[in-house]
Amino acid sequence: MEPNWQLSRKRQTLEARARIIHQIRAFFMARNFLEVETPLRVPANAPELYIDAVASEDWFLQTSPELCMKRLLAAGYERIYQISHCWRAGERGNRHLPEYTMLEWYCGHCDYHSLMDDCEVLISGIVQSDSLIWQNQTIDLTTPWPRISVAQALDRHAPLSMEQALEQGLFDEMIALHVEPNLPKDRPLFLCEYPREHAALARLKPGNSKVAERFELYLGGMELANAFSELTDVQEQRARFAADESARRLAGKPPYPSPEPFLNELATMPPSAGIALGVDRLVMLLCDLNDIAATVCFAPEQL
Amino acid sequence: MYTCSDLKKGLKLMIDGDPHVIVQYDFTKPGKGQALYKCKLRNMITGSLFDRTYRSGESFEPASLEERDMQYLYQDENGYVFMDKKNYEQITLDEATLGDDKYFLIDNMDVSILMHGDRGIGISLPNFVTLRVTQADPWVKGDTAAGNNKPATVETGYTLQVPSFVEEGILIQIDTRTGEYSTRVKE
Repeated sequence: MEPNWQLSRKRQTLEARARIIHQIRAFFMARNFLEVETPLRVPANAPELYIDAVASEDWFLQTSPELCMKRLLAAGYERIYQISHCWRAGERGNRHLPEYTMLEWYCGHCDYHSLMDDCEVLISGIVQSDSLIWQNQTIDLTTPWPRISVAQALDRHAPLSMEQALEQGLFDEMIALHVEPNLPKDRPLFLCEYPREHAALARLKPGNSKVAERFELYLGGMELANAFSELTDVQEQRARFAADESARRLAGKPPYPSPEPFLNELATMPPSAGIALGVDRLVMLLCDLNDIAATVCFAPEQL
Repeated sequence: MYTCSDLKKGLKLMIDGDPHVIVQYDFTKPGKGQALYKCKLRNMITGSLFDRTYRSGESFEPASLEERDMQYLYQDENGYVFMDKKNYEQITLDEATLGDDKYFLIDNMDVSILMHGDRGIGISLPNFVTLRVTQADPWVKGDTAAGNNKPATVETGYTLQVPSFVEEGILIQIDTRTGEYSTRVKE
């Protein structure tokens, strides 16, 4: 019997992964962010139409630490970060693992623009070079990184405008099949200002309530992070959860309980910004890997 | 019936009355959006290739194809020749039909041929095949790290990554589902 070579060959990547996580911690410690650990098993996640949680007895494994971290924000912890495992049922592909590692950070009295600046400094600092090569594509990391709106991206790359895509229920198809494959890959890109129908937990843009202050960061055409200026309006948040929950039921999905403690405490949350960044995908980029399974000790099929 | 979560490379489906095989598969989910299952499909009767994207909630009829136990004989100018071991009848599959499976065929190997009437339209390989390494860089003395790898070519012309201790002339087992090295085989 020889050693499991598929596992032992991962050594270089696992060493790089450990270094990257160490660098992330150093970045946030240097900026006076508090590292927190919130429970992985929770009675309720934020209800989202297209995110299915993994049940654990009558509770759920977290799909994101977002709600617990916002409760901390509301209690006065205004600079916090967490590196934790998240679970999303049925998500498996070259860039998806059903159990994966998420970095989230939140900043009180900040907005989504400051998170874009954080991303630039964090990632440039880890790469320690003004470019990186991923899958034969050189990505120029010189800051500032380009920022374009979702509406502009659809105009450039998709056959439908943002309004048409929303009307026809084809927004996700336009993003996945036309925008993402055609985004410029030689530069990082912030795709900003998602339509309000896809605001998730983001606040609407003051002065243009058709769009939300939400962005996704792409590197080499791969989605790496999702961020918002956070919604702090309790009534609006309740209404969005109720809408998502009824859409889930219409789609024949099991009902999710409402995260009441979060909704109750949201009233004291300051205007804030928060972001979730996929650590495994960051390792893919920095280790020039095309398969997310290569970034972790074991993918589910290897257990 | 299959659901979207069953989709993967190699799965065979009935679409519009014809058997199809998934030759490329990609799961994608744009941020917070719905899951999309991007497939490149090959019609196993006509050979035509096309892309199709499915959404969660769709279901698929499995392609149930008659299989015949055959033996691989040899390759000639028309393709790859197989023989039914019961009645000695021979059929030929061309290169396009076999795809990457051609790299895992060795003389006299037992395989299942997928039939459409009396025509062979595909092959069902064993999960593991044993092939001889015909080209690999020598094992550098002192390279004892278990995780190091290098490219190697096997007798069928297939090239894959192998551990550094794999040398020319030895037999290795390959997982035909992933195309990856599995283990050394002692002779």
